[in-house]
Amino acid sequence: MNRRRLLGNIAVYTVLTVGAVTMLVPFVWMALTSIKQPDEVFATGGGIRWLPEHFVWQDTVIGGRKVRAWWGNYPDAWREINLLRLYLSSFFVAAVGTFGQVLTSSMAAYAFARLRFPGRDKLFFAYLATMMIPGSVTMIPVFVIMKKLHWIDSYQALIIPGLFSAYGTFMLRQFFMGLPSELEDAAKIDGSGHIGIWLRVILPLSKPALATLTTFTFMGFWGSYMWPLVVTITEPLRTLPIGLRYFVGQHATNYTQLMAGSMMAVVPVLLLFVFNQRYFVEGIKLSGMGGK
Amino acid sequence: MNSKTPKKGISARRREALSAYGFLVPNFLGFLAFTSIPVIVSLVMSFTHWNIFKHPVFVGIDNFRSLLWFHREHGRLVPNDPFFWQYVYNTVFLMIGIPIGMAGSLIVALMMNRKLKGIVVYRTIYFLPTVCSGVALLILWKYLYNSDIGLINSILRAVGVANPPDWLGTTFWAKPALILMGLWGGLGGYNMILYLAALQGVPSSYYEAAEIDGAGPWAKFWAVTWPMISPTTFFILIMSIIGGFQSGFMTANVMTGGGPAGSTTTIEYYLYQTAFEKFNMGYASAVAWVLFAVILVLTLATWKFGGRVVTYE
Repeated sequence: MNRRRLLGNIAVYTVLTVGAVTMLVPFVWMALTSIKQPDEVFATGGGIRWLPEHFVWQDTVIGGRKVRAWWGNYPDAWREINLLRLYLSSFFVAAVGTFGQVLTSSMAAYAFARLRFPGRDKLFFAYLATMMIPGSVTMIPVFVIMKKLHWIDSYQALIIPGLFSAYGTFMLRQFFMGLPSELEDAAKIDGSGHIGIWLRVILPLSKPALATLTTFTFMGFWGSYMWPLVVTITEPLRTLPIGLRYFVGQHATNYTQLMAGSMMAVVPVLLLFVFNQRYFVEGIKLSGMGGK
Repeated sequence: MNSKTPKKGISARRREALSAYGFLVPNFLGFLAFTSIPVIVSLVMSFTHWNIFKHPVFVGIDNFRSLLWFHREHGRLVPNDPFFWQYVYNTVFLMIGIPIGMAGSLIVALMMNRKLKGIVVYRTIYFLPTVCSGVALLILWKYLYNSDIGLINSILRAVGVANPPDWLGTTFWAKPALILMGLWGGLGGYNMILYLAALQGVPSSYYEAAEIDGAGPWAKFWAVTWPMISPTTFFILIMSIIGGFQSGFMTANVMTGGGPAGSTTTIEYYLYQTAFEKFNMGYASAVAWVLFAVILVLTLATWKFGGRVVTYE
């Protein structure tokens, strides 16, 4: 029996390791290509050229100063796509959008979960029903609204339509429903109004749910592609995915620089995840429960 | 309202309702402006011809007739919009990845559920593609699939395949290539974590009972695990179907341009092209509503069918 378990574990480790290597190889390939010279992406004699043949020290410019580096693809790509600008733009949109969405969702969820008012259940059902509707149904009219408001190519267009979410309201409402009412009653006896209860009782008790919603909303804004593509025209407003897309358009075959650019887009997110992966996993479990 | 209720009760209740409306206002305004009114507007738009630079013209069900109906040509039935049907076929074809991916995620979750040392490292690695998903990874995969200098064909050549396929360049291979990429990205992602959570929720006493009955690992899986995690399977399946019909925009836009010969254009990409490249807002709205109807019908059908198969505790 013990022997069988051991063999089973070895088999599992083997399969998982093969899978892990498959997961990692594309990333490794990306990293290695990003430090190659353009002519080194071509294979020689039927083999695979994994490593750059030689590190070529070349002049490159960083912050207005000349530097000699073998990793020159990075500063070149950084300048080429104006990566700092893209990061700031993406971060600004994601941070403001996420804060707004979590705020409005938690307020509405509090009303739905804890307060009684005429029409509550009907309205909540209407919210639920709209979660079924594909984003592409509402996208065209919202685009027209943006156009009428002259908001095309503005931060408003990137942020404001994303400030309200039926899903966020639903998820937080489910979580709030499960909170014990004793603390709330105690706060009422102490003379707290509804704003006080929401702010000082409900929200502090809901940190896991709020963290989950914040994480996924932020990731949603950060990775959002179709909407920013539709409503941004000029360069300063482009978010990171859109900027990368234009980079591909201009350098379709310059893979060493493309990979350097992709590395710089991916690595910060990757590090953020590796150090916080426990919260991600817990969050997914929580959101999966909310959806059930 | 009951007139016998004491006055104080009414005012307290009214105050509660008033503050409830206060809490709802910001969200509700957004809900009106960006969801419920647009839904109605979109439905109205689907009955018009509207190039965004001109005034809309009401045309009845013309758009839907062009989209879904057929006409006779030399005695044969031909769809009015053959492209649309091709793109529906593409979208459904690409969804072959859903059951394969679900089975894969479940297998990975089963392996990760064994309490082994270092499993967190594996879980982190498998989840990486999900975290970094987006344009950067699509650029990477376009490069991996490159027929001359891509890693995949380099490996194939190194192991003796003389003429490996031009993955994204041929109508035959483009869709399988995208499915394969999706499997790589999704294997250890959200679905795997949801399965892992479900597996951890199965009480160990059930397994012990099955063992007493002499069940081996295979029998235990089908008699205990599979029914116990069926709500999760059901949830993932429905979400994947809903998502699957709305997918394919980013891959088409970044990697393939919808080609070759439209073989990777999905409904969603067609909708984008119609609305934001041709500015044919009326027709695009009709596409969106057909998409909505298909999703609704399939979700309800899955719900009805799944309700019989799923075991709830």
